[in-house]
Amino acid sequence: MENLVQEAIQNVNLHAVMPSLILSVAGMALLLVAVFSPRGKTAHIAWLSIASLIVAGIVTIMGWNDTQYGFAGSVQLDNFAAFFSMICIIAAGLAILMSDEYLKRENFPVGEYYPLILITTAGAMWMVSGTDLITIFLGLEVLSVSLYILAGFFRDQVRCNEAGLKYFFLGAFSTGFLLYGMALLYGVSGTTKVYDIAAYIQANPDTTTNVMFVAGGLLMLTGFFFKIAAAPFHMWTPDVYQGAPTPITAFMSAGPKAAAFAALIRVTFICLEGMQDHLTTVFWVLAVLTMTVGNLIALNQKDLKRMLAYSSIAHAGYAMVGLVAWNEIGSAGILFYMLVYTFMNMGAFAILILIGRSGEENLTLDGVTGLGYKKPMLGIAFSIFLFALMGLPPTAGFTGKFYIFAGAINSGYIWLAVLGVLNSAVSLYYYLRIMIFMYFKEPQEDYAWVKIYPATAVSIVISVIGVLYLGIVPGSIMQLARMAGF
Amino acid sequence: MYGNLWLIPFFPLLGAIINGLFGKKIKNEAVIGGIGTLMIFLSFLVAVQNFFRLIGDTEKVHEIVLASWMTVGNLQVNWELLLDPLSAVMILVVTGVGTLIHLYSIGYMHGETGYYRFFSYLNLFAFSMLMLVLGGNALVMFIGWEGVGLCSYLLIGYYYEKKSASDAAKKAFVVNRIGDFGFLCGLFILFWALAGHGVWTINFVEIAANAHLLEAGGALITIITLAFFLGATGKSAQIPLFTWLPDAMEGPTPVSALIHAATMVTAGIYMIGRMNILFAMAPSTMMTIAIIGAATAFLAASIGFAQNDIKRVLAYSTVSQLGYMFLAMGVGAFSAGIFHLMTHAFFKACLFLGSGSVIHAMHHAYHHAHLHDDPQDMRNMGGLRSKMPITFWTFLLSTIAIAGVPLFSGFFSKDEILWWSFGSTAGHPIFWIIAVCVAGMTAFYMFRLVFMTFFGAQRTDPRAKDHIPESPWTITVPLMVLAFLAVVGGYVGVPKILGGGNHFGNFLAPVFGPAQELHNLNAHGSHALEYTLIALSVCIALFGIYMAWLMYMKNPALPAQFTAKFAGVYRFVFNKWYIDELYDFVFVNPCKRFGTFLWKIFDVRLVDGIVNGCAWVVKGVGAGLRYTQTGYMYNYAVAMVVGVVVIVGFYVFG
Repeated sequence: MENLVQEAIQNVNLHAVMPSLILSVAGMALLLVAVFSPRGKTAHIAWLSIASLIVAGIVTIMGWNDTQYGFAGSVQLDNFAAFFSMICIIAAGLAILMSDEYLKRENFPVGEYYPLILITTAGAMWMVSGTDLITIFLGLEVLSVSLYILAGFFRDQVRCNEAGLKYFFLGAFSTGFLLYGMALLYGVSGTTKVYDIAAYIQANPDTTTNVMFVAGGLLMLTGFFFKIAAAPFHMWTPDVYQGAPTPITAFMSAGPKAAAFAALIRVTFICLEGMQDHLTTVFWVLAVLTMTVGNLIALNQKDLKRMLAYSSIAHAGYAMVGLVAWNEIGSAGILFYMLVYTFMNMGAFAILILIGRSGEENLTLDGVTGLGYKKPMLGIAFSIFLFALMGLPPTAGFTGKFYIFAGAINSGYIWLAVLGVLNSAVSLYYYLRIMIFMYFKEPQEDYAWVKIYPATAVSIVISVIGVLYLGIVPGSIMQLARMAGF
Repeated sequence: MYGNLWLIPFFPLLGAIINGLFGKKIKNEAVIGGIGTLMIFLSFLVAVQNFFRLIGDTEKVHEIVLASWMTVGNLQVNWELLLDPLSAVMILVVTGVGTLIHLYSIGYMHGETGYYRFFSYLNLFAFSMLMLVLGGNALVMFIGWEGVGLCSYLLIGYYYEKKSASDAAKKAFVVNRIGDFGFLCGLFILFWALAGHGVWTINFVEIAANAHLLEAGGALITIITLAFFLGATGKSAQIPLFTWLPDAMEGPTPVSALIHAATMVTAGIYMIGRMNILFAMAPSTMMTIAIIGAATAFLAASIGFAQNDIKRVLAYSTVSQLGYMFLAMGVGAFSAGIFHLMTHAFFKACLFLGSGSVIHAMHHAYHHAHLHDDPQDMRNMGGLRSKMPITFWTFLLSTIAIAGVPLFSGFFSKDEILWWSFGSTAGHPIFWIIAVCVAGMTAFYMFRLVFMTFFGAQRTDPRAKDHIPESPWTITVPLMVLAFLAVVGGYVGVPKILGGGNHFGNFLAPVFGPAQELHNLNAHGSHALEYTLIALSVCIALFGIYMAWLMYMKNPALPAQFTAKFAGVYRFVFNKWYIDELYDFVFVNPCKRFGTFLWKIFDVRLVDGIVNGCAWVVKGVGAGLRYTQTGYMYNYAVAMVVGVVVIVGFYVFG
């Protein structure tokens, strides 16, 4: 034990955790700023948070192609981690942009909100760069605990409390699986470092049939499945997404989900390679189940926030197709898809923020009747996001799905791609229905309460640009994803 | 060095976006029209700059990669532009003539509803056309190709409340789709054929460099080029797909001038020029092109004899001149074809704009007198010479140019085509005979138009005839510039035999030279022969003019006697050889009947039944699944546990 600590201290290398370090420090400093700020004044905290995210983003980008190892091999900031970190940073930035005016409208402008987002992001970064089960778990917990608070942030709203509480209990439950699985892996291999586990299996090939090892691996995966909301571990998602403050819902559906995908890919592809034969079947079934359940239930939803929650489940299913492919193209596809998904989904949620009234009213299908005529720009932006979610060109939703499904076909999983495309067809129904209400029904209201908040509008514009850019010229970013893929 | 090339398509795109998004709010016509014209003018300036850079450059082919677009397997597709002498000429024509027509539209479209819409579409068209000619690979070109088709559709149907206009727009769109199908087939087969040799590319430079892998004269290359040619016939209104162009005259006149005379319809010629290496490898295709071109030129010219609508005459004249250009391409006279494309852009744009000026004035007069006569019918015109002097003179100069009178631009370009069609290794005297006949016919019907419109007695309703004004400066200035170009534009390419240096041909030589040399495409013959042919063609053109003068000036009763005597022939020609009716009978109606069958029986009963059934089942399952979402946490936890147990169980026992 003494040796380990010594070794760890000698191999600190702060470069490997620099982006997350920046965010942690900024988060703590801003908490203090929040304490000394007058109640109700939060804009400066929001902008400082964005500034720190930009700094962290620049540091991350500058470290591209320059892998840093730190803390005796328990952290590895490589291209893979950098790409996922950028997704989390973008998600956090968009979430903050759409928050300030929203918090004011909901009468809850409280300063600690932003530092919590920063700390969540820092946790997500440890997850994506962790090469030690302990680091990954630590990141996951930092991320989760902050999210529990954020999900139940409006402490005077019952629905919000319910969201926070459900998320907390079920999250704790799933963490139990995760930790138990990690413990079993440690028990078998005697180490928690993912590369050492892989080396142990290399040396002892029969480990892969060891029930303890297999159970450990699967239990650990279950924990990640919970985080990415794969069926049947998805059931918390609709309730929590619907109850949580909308910017947090948007953030949860993009950043933390991407981080969970990152940890899942890293652990699976390195430690559990020996279980590949069976695991691909598991992933196959779960991917199909997840997208199908998400899409089918979304068909009958009238509440837009809940509908998008189910749609986010379905999209996790599409992304899982990349896991089945189990190769560089597949993981590059997931990287690209999560980036695309961040833009299109967060953009859609930002629109919901604008069209909602205080107390989250009016977020039903009827609530957008004729919106396209009364608020044309909003209608166009919403349509772009919906087209992207459907996966139609020239939006990024198409290119993202294209790369994912092409990867599956390349690996011989034709039927998986077919089921994925069929699912996309089903999803057209509920996405298009929103557009039908927006454009083909006479407006009942004049939408006078819809105010275009400037910062939220900026987040929408950024998302639109992202969706169109990645859709029309995906080449360069896809190249980066290839460089980052496993 | 050519880093600012992207600005050329960018400016019109910007203009289209600005006017499209904010035009409705701007309202002020001067601002809207000013933005649209300024944007294309800026493109023109950049185009001129790049043109002169290219002239001074020893390296004539430049590829500019803007961004990577997609990577599919071994195929890497970029957003790339290609600047070589061919595209340099095209961008000058498109932006130069385009600028003048934008300027013209400011005055011409005055007071129209949807003024901003017009300028937005016109800019969008310019953007698409520039992408088409600058595209460095077939896919970028195809975006432009589809874009111009779309803009053409939008602009023909600009007066969409009018049924004839929206019908014409649909017709243009559908007919073009058939051509696009050919283009895509050609592209796919070409891609597949090259990939078979391990070359994965759709980039023009690489295609040209690897074309030798395909067997020259083989079936494959013939099919590829024929498919591309089908695409060209759609876009450039050749037999069998020419019927949409005369109907397209439903659009506002500046649209006819820009899209349906000067630029878009020449896209097919340009495309053949761009892929000249492939076409040169397929002699059978070349011959087909020459035959179709000559036949179209003849057919359209004959129809032009009997039309009374001023714009329709010009439309058939355009089809006929495009046939000329295809004839040039077909006999291997690529640079002559492009040369004629350019001079034609000048005089035909001028003619269309001039006719627009006339229509504008007639419309004004009728409006003033509260009459509803047809402002486009030449039988209502006559004697406009003194009322609209600038329009008249510019129109006359352009008519002389198109008729092929010596020393005017049309003479030089037409003459080179005539010479190649006679003396080229791919030519034949029959082509020359048809072409020279068409030249005479062109001279006849164009002067018929001039005489009917500008000379003789005024046939306009007396209540309106005193209210015919000359057009404002935004209309007359473009006319004068274009007429000037129509007169002198040919001097850049005076052939050697007439004491010139054929600079135009030399400039394009890096593009067309290799293919012409490799496949032995050139025109040989004695000087005496060449002079004789020139003299003959000039005589025939003058004869055509004389006949027009005889029939429509000296003895205006002659045409009526003529039509009475040859009533059958006249009706046949007047009704455009009944081609539309033939197509209706052979293609359209059977398709409709088949469509109705598919719709009523196959679709409604069978397909809809299955589809609705599926939707019903899917929705039902969704509704059922919804009940699993109870809202109780312990249910969720149970689901998770069951999930874990099933997964582990599957793994251990499966």
